[in-house]
Amino acid sequence: MIDKIFPSAAAALADIPTGATIMVGGFGTAGMPLGLIEALIEQEAKELTIVSNNAGNGDTGLAALLNARRVRRIICSFPRQADSWVFDRLYKEGAIELELVPQGNLACRIEAAGAGLGGVFTPTGYGTQLAQDKETREIGGRHYVLEYPIHADYALIKAERGDRWGNLTYRKAARNFGPIMARAARCTIAQVREVVPLGAIDPEIVVTPGIFVQRVVSEGGATVTARRQA
Amino acid sequence: MKGLNRNQLAARIARDIPEGAYVNLGIGAPTLVANYLPPEREIFLQSENGILGMGPAPPQGEEDPDLINAGKQPVTLLTGGCFFHHGDSFAMMRGGHLDICVMGAFQVSGEGDLANWSTGALDAVPAVGGAMDLAIGAKRVFVMMDHVTKAGEPKIVAQCTYPLTGSRCVNRIYTDLAVLDVTRDGLRIADIVPGLSFEELQRCTGAPLLR
Repeated sequence: MIDKIFPSAAAALADIPTGATIMVGGFGTAGMPLGLIEALIEQEAKELTIVSNNAGNGDTGLAALLNARRVRRIICSFPRQADSWVFDRLYKEGAIELELVPQGNLACRIEAAGAGLGGVFTPTGYGTQLAQDKETREIGGRHYVLEYPIHADYALIKAERGDRWGNLTYRKAARNFGPIMARAARCTIAQVREVVPLGAIDPEIVVTPGIFVQRVVSEGGATVTARRQA
Repeated sequence: MKGLNRNQLAARIARDIPEGAYVNLGIGAPTLVANYLPPEREIFLQSENGILGMGPAPPQGEEDPDLINAGKQPVTLLTGGCFFHHGDSFAMMRGGHLDICVMGAFQVSGEGDLANWSTGALDAVPAVGGAMDLAIGAKRVFVMMDHVTKAGEPKIVAQCTYPLTGSRCVNRIYTDLAVLDVTRDGLRIADIVPGLSFEELQRCTGAPLLR
């Protein structure tokens, strides 16, 4: 019997090694898998590369991981926010490396990785600093920049419901990067609000098919674990 | 002569958004445009974080952390609205499916180059978000900004000195003083606030204007 449900976030994240590249879902705090990030902080992996739209908000979640100095490099589109003081401080200290990517290029590079493509010619960023020294091509009279896929060892995402085969649904705008990151990582770990029996999710509304998900942790399990370890 | 305030400018832009338009309003001042869209028109607001049919802010106490706009403020979903992932969202934005986007700007050139993501300051933390995708992807790019900086320098310039967001991508500039169309021949005045002469407007504009 295939059962991708893990008993705790700690168990699901146990094999993440130092130096791993990890995608973290979420747009701001919507869709950010807080329980999984807390378990990652409890875990020992260092020198991580994080791929996420933002670089942490306030003092929790991704910001807490950064603050624990576990991240060497971050690939994101919008690190500077009113409450991104942790990243701002580390960046100004030179303690973290930033690759700034236009948001749509971040999305299509992640999609390219998940879809097995070797790159994408995108019009976004052409003629700007963010495309400096990149290969360009004129196609049909329009200018494009060659952007390469972003692969990850792990993706940590948040979903609404999941079953033991890894099928997922999401809630409102917390969906954001979840479905595309799930496809781009070698091992995708989903924190779900509710684990449901097989068949409980209408097959017509499955957003992420289970083939893209390797491990599922119920949010209850994730937060209980985090609380116990805190 | 008195220029438009932020809300008057937002209302002026809203007037030009037609029934049925798919529209992305950038973070900051452009968000105000939503407050002035005529209720009798059905206009679809898209938010880069995966919302089509975005509605106004919820009443206090009814905020949902999973339902926010690009500026991460709480919003609502209109009946008939829907959610989607970032791949679909940026397909809408980059793929030419949005009729109009409205963005703020540091500078716009006479040829429609847009600079709105970075001042180039070396010690600043950079951030770009979806600005570059909107700049090249929407069918029409509207800029909403003050005509001059706080120091009185023109924000409409012959050539942008700040890093570009997109080149030759702006279609229309709405400022507190005028509405300007970017045309092949240059910037053409579509509207000017009452009491302001062509010469006065030209004096605070860094690129040549056409009447």
